[in-house]
Amino acid sequence: MRPLALAVVLIGTVALGGCSGGVFDPKGPIADAERLLMLNATGIMLAIVIPTILATLGTAYWFRSSNTRANYLPDFDYSGRLELLVWSIPIMTVILVGGVAWVSAYDLDPPKAIASTVKPVRIQVVSLNWKWLFIYPEEQIATVNQLTVPVGTPINFELTSSGVMNSFFVPQLGGQIYTMAGMVTRINLQADQTGRFRGMSANYSGAGFSDMYFTVNAVPTEEFSRWVAATRTTGPVLDAQSYADLAKPSQAVAPFSYRIVAPDLFSGILSGSSTAMQAGDDPRCVGSLASQRAEK
Amino acid sequence: MNLLGKLTWSAIPFDQPIIMGASGGMILGIASVVGWVALKGYVPYLWREWLTSVDHKRIGVMYIVLALLMLLRGFSDAVMMRAQQAVAAGGAQGYLPPEHFDQIFSAHGTIMIFFVAMPLVIGLMNFVVPLQLGIRDVAFPTLNSISLWLTASGILLINISLFVGEFARTGWVAYPPLSGLQFSPGVGVDYYLWSLQISGVGTLLTGINFVTTILKTRAPGMGYMRMPVFCWTALASNLMIIAVFPILTATFAMLLLDRYLGFHFFTVDAGGNAMMYVNLFWMWGHPEVYILVLPAFGVFSEVSATFSGKPLFGYRSMVAATMVICVLSCMVWLHHFFTMGASANVNAVFGIASMIIGVPTGVKIFNWLFTMYGGRLRFTVPVLWTIGFMVTFVLGGLTGVLLAVPPVDWQVHNSLFLVAHFHHVIIPGVIFGVFAGYMYWFPKAFGFKLDESWGRRAFWCWFIGFHLAFMPLYVVGLMGMTRRLQHYDVVSWQPWLIAAAAGTAIIFAGVVCQIVQFVVSIRHREELRDVTGDPWNGRTLEWSTTSPPPAWNFAFLPHVTGRDAYWSKKALARVTQGQPPEAREYKPIEVPKNTPTGFVNAFFAVVTGFALIWHIWWMAALGLVGAFVTFLAFAFREREEDEISAETLAQFDRAHAVEGAP
Repeated sequence: MRPLALAVVLIGTVALGGCSGGVFDPKGPIADAERLLMLNATGIMLAIVIPTILATLGTAYWFRSSNTRANYLPDFDYSGRLELLVWSIPIMTVILVGGVAWVSAYDLDPPKAIASTVKPVRIQVVSLNWKWLFIYPEEQIATVNQLTVPVGTPINFELTSSGVMNSFFVPQLGGQIYTMAGMVTRINLQADQTGRFRGMSANYSGAGFSDMYFTVNAVPTEEFSRWVAATRTTGPVLDAQSYADLAKPSQAVAPFSYRIVAPDLFSGILSGSSTAMQAGDDPRCVGSLASQRAEK
Repeated sequence: MNLLGKLTWSAIPFDQPIIMGASGGMILGIASVVGWVALKGYVPYLWREWLTSVDHKRIGVMYIVLALLMLLRGFSDAVMMRAQQAVAAGGAQGYLPPEHFDQIFSAHGTIMIFFVAMPLVIGLMNFVVPLQLGIRDVAFPTLNSISLWLTASGILLINISLFVGEFARTGWVAYPPLSGLQFSPGVGVDYYLWSLQISGVGTLLTGINFVTTILKTRAPGMGYMRMPVFCWTALASNLMIIAVFPILTATFAMLLLDRYLGFHFFTVDAGGNAMMYVNLFWMWGHPEVYILVLPAFGVFSEVSATFSGKPLFGYRSMVAATMVICVLSCMVWLHHFFTMGASANVNAVFGIASMIIGVPTGVKIFNWLFTMYGGRLRFTVPVLWTIGFMVTFVLGGLTGVLLAVPPVDWQVHNSLFLVAHFHHVIIPGVIFGVFAGYMYWFPKAFGFKLDESWGRRAFWCWFIGFHLAFMPLYVVGLMGMTRRLQHYDVVSWQPWLIAAAAGTAIIFAGVVCQIVQFVVSIRHREELRDVTGDPWNGRTLEWSTTSPPPAWNFAFLPHVTGRDAYWSKKALARVTQGQPPEAREYKPIEVPKNTPTGFVNAFFAVVTGFALIWHIWWMAALGLVGAFVTFLAFAFREREEDEISAETLAQFDRAHAVEGAP
């Protein structure tokens, strides 16, 4: 068990280095589970890897040609027992880590709803060159480059892109998922603590990519309601026309909000009819895994 | 009608001092080398003996020379990126604007994979495989020369993009829709596509050539289970080339159709599906990793056995592990995009399949360990690279298995953690392996060893520099830093990126040591001379001929009676010591005649590629016709082979005191 202890120490050091704002500073159940998973998988493997490194260095040193005390076995090139050992060690490790991977791939599947008694908040996300649009369909408001969410409430994201592929990523809430034009992806996240977390595009998308980040503002439920009410009273209206303006490439856009959103805007973006950059057939006809899932 | 297509003076970035400086330096460098060669009167020699050569050893050397030059280019890109990210924190923009930075990281990846790692590995296989198989050349020597020069064409095109036009700003994977006409209307993506299409044909031909060579032309008696492990890894690597390079070529062809003829394979509109590109790209891209790393594993096997003075432990396991990796690597491509939103079933299956590759890889590590066990390990520089690889690679493999757990991948995909991971496997796995092979086979190629002490310095600089450059990237990746950022707002990342930049500086010192080592070794070549042909007390057939080997490699094809053919021959010679070796009768040998076909064809390939990039249609047609005429001329050649007389062979063997010479 000493390697495991060492693993914990090693990872702990790294975790301290990454404690502010990263995946080792989770603020929600998904990120928390992913952090634990990462530590478990690393621990399992370090239990093999560290002895292997030490054995390599030790063997190489002991059998150096100048060491007269070492046995020279010039014909030692096969041993059935050792062969069994060298195949079974990695196989057993992979069975362990593979089991962890199998279970977690289902448990933490992004489209899977988070078990909660609280009614989830729906947010539709559109990545544009080079900013993020967040539509709150039930509240009928929208924000750009700023995401406000209530604490302790599952957030059900539906995501798409206006053109170039991006990846929606808030490390402290957990997971990331691509945004792709004409397709919907889904991810469920939740913040358990109030605070401001960094979110970003994790997939390079062109010249303005470096500034394509946003702040997630996790606030208490009452404050969220107040924020929704306040947002409804200020800012422009988001319809097909103002969306076309927003869709024009721009960089480092300061956060702002829309007081009203046209109800079918997201589906319009998805079908390609709401942007000047797209025309033609309905891209949803294309049989991708993501879009098939969206239709289910 | 515009005779020059899209090409105008504005294609040359006169207003960009960094680019003009770099390209000016590069042109000056090439011009001075060419001038020096011309002044010294070396041109006819170079043309006759090298540029038109179809000798696998010379082709191998030329591949490696090209690759090492491109390593310098790719490495300067890396230095620029690390320098940019070390300074561009908070509000700072650094010294590279996005349009330039984006080209640099795209070029770095493209060059390092296609024009450094690939030619290094192919160059080593070229030099070593026929010698280890105990034969005189590859199956198709002229095709081999064509492969080399098509690779060189791709390299030339990608370097032209530095100062005529631009390179892609899409990352080295060039995902559409970003790389489509709608979002990348410039010539950058076309440079990327055409240079890779042209060199990709060369690589595919190499694959066909080597699979044929290994399957059909081994020395008498060398059954499959007697082949050196390096040849097995070369076989696996070339089988994968044949399996997956056509996928890459077809994928790029579809993207080219989108860009040139208005097709909609990967466009946003009209039913295009960009995700198909991502799938197809990685169906090539994942096996590509193993195409590179397997031959390096072969080098480690040769090095660990030779310098331990023992046969490789678990030969059959090694062969099995190699072939298992060869097959499995084609079944795991989806782990490059767990974030695409596939179902849990798909993610779980691909995640576990990816981990399973860790099994044969782990077996290999243990087998190298047991090869050293009971040995008399000489700590030469190739052994340092091998041990350095083993201790580094297992950790890189660990982060790889970690990334194969889908939910972990969602947290670190596309972050600097990922960047750290793949450098953590490719640099030890491929680059360390190639450097070990370079030190190991250099005396065979040139007749003298490389200087050990500068080799040691280079190793330690690379080893320490590597860890300093990439371990901090794991940390910033976990802190949430994504890759390809031209600037960033989170100042707490900066110290780590400064450390990474310092690591790059130490690697740079390693590169300098290697250049010094090369110069010092040439200066001291008389002291370092290898007159025996067997400087390391080797085990395989390449050490049974002279250093450097003659054009025909072996006057008599060796008869192989077991594994480690040369080792057992030496053991037998010790037993039969004193008895005069039986005199043998020399017979004339036919060697393939040198031909300029490959070189001339490459010239037309560059013309065609350049013309297509700039939409100069008449020139493209001219280039294609030229290439076709070149092949016609080759097809109608009068003489295919040169004969080497028995007298020449006997003289050579006498002069080199080869055993059994009259």
